[in-house]
Formats: sequence, structure tokens, C-alpha cells
Amino acid sequence: MEPRSRSFYVLAAFFTLFVIFLYGPVITIGILSFQGPKGGLTFPMNGVSVHWFYDLFEQQAVGDIWGSFRRSFALGLMVMSVTVVLSVMGGMAFRRKFRGSSVLFYLIIASLIVPSILVSLGVGLIFNILDLEVHWATSGFGSQLTWTLPFGLLIMFAVFNRFDKSYEEAARDLGASPWQTVRHVVLPIIAPMLIGVALFGFTLSYDEFARTLLTAGSYNTLPLEIFGMTTNVTSPVLYALGTLTTVFSFFIIGTFLTIVVVMRKRQASGGSDAGSGLV
Amino acid sequence: MKTTKKIDPSKRAERVSWMLVTPLACVLGFFLLLPILTIVTVSFWNFNEWSFFPDFILDNYVYHLTSAVTWATYLKTLKFMVLTWCFCAVIGFTVAYFLAFHVRSLPVQIALFLVCTIPFWTSNIIRMISWIPFLGRNGIANSSLISLGVIDEPLEWLLYSDFAVVLAFVHLYALFMVVPIFNTMMRIDKSLIEAARDAGASGLQILTNVIIPLAKPGIMIGSIFVVTLVMGDFITVRHMSGGQSASVGRIISNEIALLQYPAAAASSVVLLCTVLLMIGVMMRFVDIRKEL
Repeated sequence: MEPRSRSFYVLAAFFTLFVIFLYGPVITIGILSFQGPKGGLTFPMNGVSVHWFYDLFEQQAVGDIWGSFRRSFALGLMVMSVTVVLSVMGGMAFRRKFRGSSVLFYLIIASLIVPSILVSLGVGLIFNILDLEVHWATSGFGSQLTWTLPFGLLIMFAVFNRFDKSYEEAARDLGASPWQTVRHVVLPIIAPMLIGVALFGFTLSYDEFARTLLTAGSYNTLPLEIFGMTTNVTSPVLYALGTLTTVFSFFIIGTFLTIVVVMRKRQASGGSDAGSGLV
Repeated sequence: MKTTKKIDPSKRAERVSWMLVTPLACVLGFFLLLPILTIVTVSFWNFNEWSFFPDFILDNYVYHLTSAVTWATYLKTLKFMVLTWCFCAVIGFTVAYFLAFHVRSLPVQIALFLVCTIPFWTSNIIRMISWIPFLGRNGIANSSLISLGVIDEPLEWLLYSDFAVVLAFVHLYALFMVVPIFNTMMRIDKSLIEAARDAGASGLQILTNVIIPLAKPGIMIGSIFVVTLVMGDFITVRHMSGGQSASVGRIISNEIALLQYPAAAASSVVLLCTVLLMIGVMMRFVDIRKEL
């Protein structure tokens, strides 16, 4: 191996600064959330306590945090499941051209680039005109799908572009029906990527703000609740909440990534059972 | 000759494809296409203090497009966009370049790439709030600058300013540049770079003549993300400027708050056209389907 050039060290330093830039602020509020009861929004620390976390559990102090967390969690799971299922179906359909496929493709791209506030406003207007009540589980749910589906679909397109068709051909040659091929060959192979899609589906929904703003109705999701707090709460309780939700996000991300690693390992170790039936 | 009424396999395949995309098309139809059509329709409607009703007037557009505030706001939003784009492009390219060409083992590459992407899966609002202790009047930046003797008085323009807005944008959206550029760079054949080096190209020449041209699609996709996210934003600007700076998204959200839906709809249509125009120009440089 050739020795590292000088540019490597310059770039490595740049990369390190970038990572500090990404994580520094979040770590700062993590530390400040342990501010003493008389502490403020900035350093210095005025003692160390869990006072502000304790505050979070007192309903009156900060509004309906736990209710909004429950709603966001449920909504995240709903969006995640639908995103995974529809992305797999869409990904399979797009493996060959069909009439209308390019129109639908551009609609998917449009879903990414249309400013979120337009989706929010548009869905809000439709419900208003039809005299329906906006609710996080109906209008909010649909609006969030327009944000998570394109990510899921683009991942699935990338997956199927790299998919080795000979596996399916082998299955077909062995007499598998189309459904059996999908169920026993295609899905197990793409399973780790599906976990990736699920991760996108859940986290993008759980943190979504703009598209939910006018479509959640009278019961807020967690990001809406937090945004409401930023305008009228000026104590470290805000940081405590931020720390908790970030830790929760890290926990979710960690869980999903662990599942992916485990699945990959299993696929690698259990690869071929050729010959094992002959003994 | 087989004359049994067997369906042509290609037709059958097409039918299966349609069945597979029907739910998807329904969701996008009802929650994307229909809302946009509704916005276009409502933008011609009339309104008073308490309601809005069908009509065909152009007043909403006339008012929006002849207002000096609108033009100033568009200028400001463009300024945010250009600054954010420049910083994101430079940072995104450098980070992706480091990961793709200077980190040699694949597991380390993947690990560092994940380190860059994880913040994307956490809350934007929390990430905005987290700048307060850093940039505030008594924040880390000011107090360390004072103790270093660089400044005597705390800088007032760190938080709740245009500076803070651009900083937050770069913080939130740099990932959208890193990911697609890294993706295209990983697909550059390393032997091309060796060939360039064998032919006597310097490191800089390799960068400008080989890597940048080949990474262009990734840069374009990243740019599309950054441009649309910044153009449509209303909460970062509101939050990081302390409500002092305007953006096109904020005009719309203010009109919504005042329940002037037809006015908000007209502003939205203008914004949508602006964004689509920009994306249309950028799409000419890249075929997204080929990049997946």
C-alpha cells in the first residue's frame, strides 16, 4: 500500500470538523438538559440535575407531550408499514416498462420536489371543501406518505436495478409459481434493504413537520408539539425533550441497523446448502 | 395453430404491473395530484374575513405579483438558496471525495457514511433548537471568542439572523449533497484515475478532469434536493431568524394563518412554478433513472 498523501490528512481533518458540525450542537443540548433547576438555556451549567426531565412527566408544565408521542409513534408505524408494502410492489412493477410508467415515475419524483407546505395546504383545502375533519390518522397519514413513498421507491428501484435475475430464473426452472418465486426467492434476498426502507418510513414520519402542519387536526404529533413549545417555552425543559426524542431516534436507528447486520450475516453464513442433502 | 384464448404474456405482465402500482397511484393521486389541482383551482377563488368561495378572479395573483414585498422576499429566498447551495456543494463534495477515494476499506467507508447519514433520521426541529446554546448572546461561540480576545462585545448577529438561517440550512441539508455525490463517486472506475495518473496528470488535474465530470450527476441530484428544500422552507427561516427574515414559504404560511386560503394558494402556485422551472433546468443535466 502506498503511504498516505498529505491531502489525506487535510481531508480527514475536514471530515472530522464536518462530523463535529453535525453532532456538536445536539451533544451540547444533551449536556445542557442536565442543567440545574435554576440554570438557563446556555452555559454555564448551574449545577447538575434531572429536574427538567422530571418536569417533562408533569403534564401541566409542558402540554400533551406523551399523548403526542403516542400519536407520532402510532403514525410512524402506520406510515412505515404502508411505505414498505407499496415500495416493494412499486419496485417490482417498475422492473419492466408498462404503459404510464414514466408518468408515474415523474409523479414520484414530483412528490419529492413539491414544497411540503403545498401538500399541507392542498390536503387541508380538500378536507375543508369536502367538509371532512382533518385528523392525523387520515389526512396527516396520507400527506406523510407523499414524503416517505418516494424515498422507499427510489431505494427499491436501486435494489432491483442490481438484482440478479438468474435467481428467479432458477426458481422458475425448478417449477416455482410466480408467487412462490417472490415469496421464497425475491423477498428473502431483498429483506435487508426492506429494513432500510422501513427505517426511512418510520423516521421520516416520526420527524415530519411541514406536511403534517395543516393536516393533523386538533391532536398534535410530537414535532408539532415541540415546535409549539419553541415559541413559548424558554427553559431547558425544551432541551430535555430534545434529548429524549433524539435518544429515541438513535435507539430506533440502532435497532434497525442491527437487524440489517444480523440479516446480512445470516445470508452470508447460510449462503449455500448445496450437497448437504446428499450425505 | 393454437387458438385458445390465452392472454398474451406481455399483456398479462402489464396487467400485473398495473395491479402492483394501483395503491401507489391512488395515494399519490389523492394526496399529491389532487391537492395541487385544488390549490390551482382555489387560487382563482375569492375570500373575505371569514370564508372563501368559488369565483374566477385574478386578484390573488395580481396582488401577489405586484407587491414589492413578494419580489424582495423572492430575492431574499434566492439569496438563502444560493448561499446554502454553495456551502452544501463544497462540503458535500469534499466529504464524499474523502470517503470515496481516501478511505480504503469498505467497512470503514460504510461506517463513516452512516455517521454522516444518521442525523438525517433525527428531528430537524431539534437540530435547529440545538444551535441556541451555541450561537446565543451568551452562547459558546461568543464566550469563547471573548475569552480568546478576538472580540470585546458579544456578536449580536450569530443567532436570529440571516447568518443563523444559512448555517442551519447547511447543517440540515449538507447530507442531501453528501449521499448522492458519494453514490456516484463509488461507481467511478478506479482504473480511470490510475490511467490519468499514468498519463502524467497531477492530483488537481485528476480532480477537475476526471472526478468532477463523472460526479456531476450526483452533484445535480444533491442540488435538486437542496434547491427545493430551501425554496419551500418556512420553519427554518422563521425559527433561526427569530421571525425577522422573510421567505416565500413564510408568506404562504402567514396567509394560511390569516385564513386567506385563495391568496395562499396563488402564492403557492407561483412558488411551485418557480421551483419546477429551476428543477426543469437542472434535470437537463442528469437522467435520474440512470442514476439509481
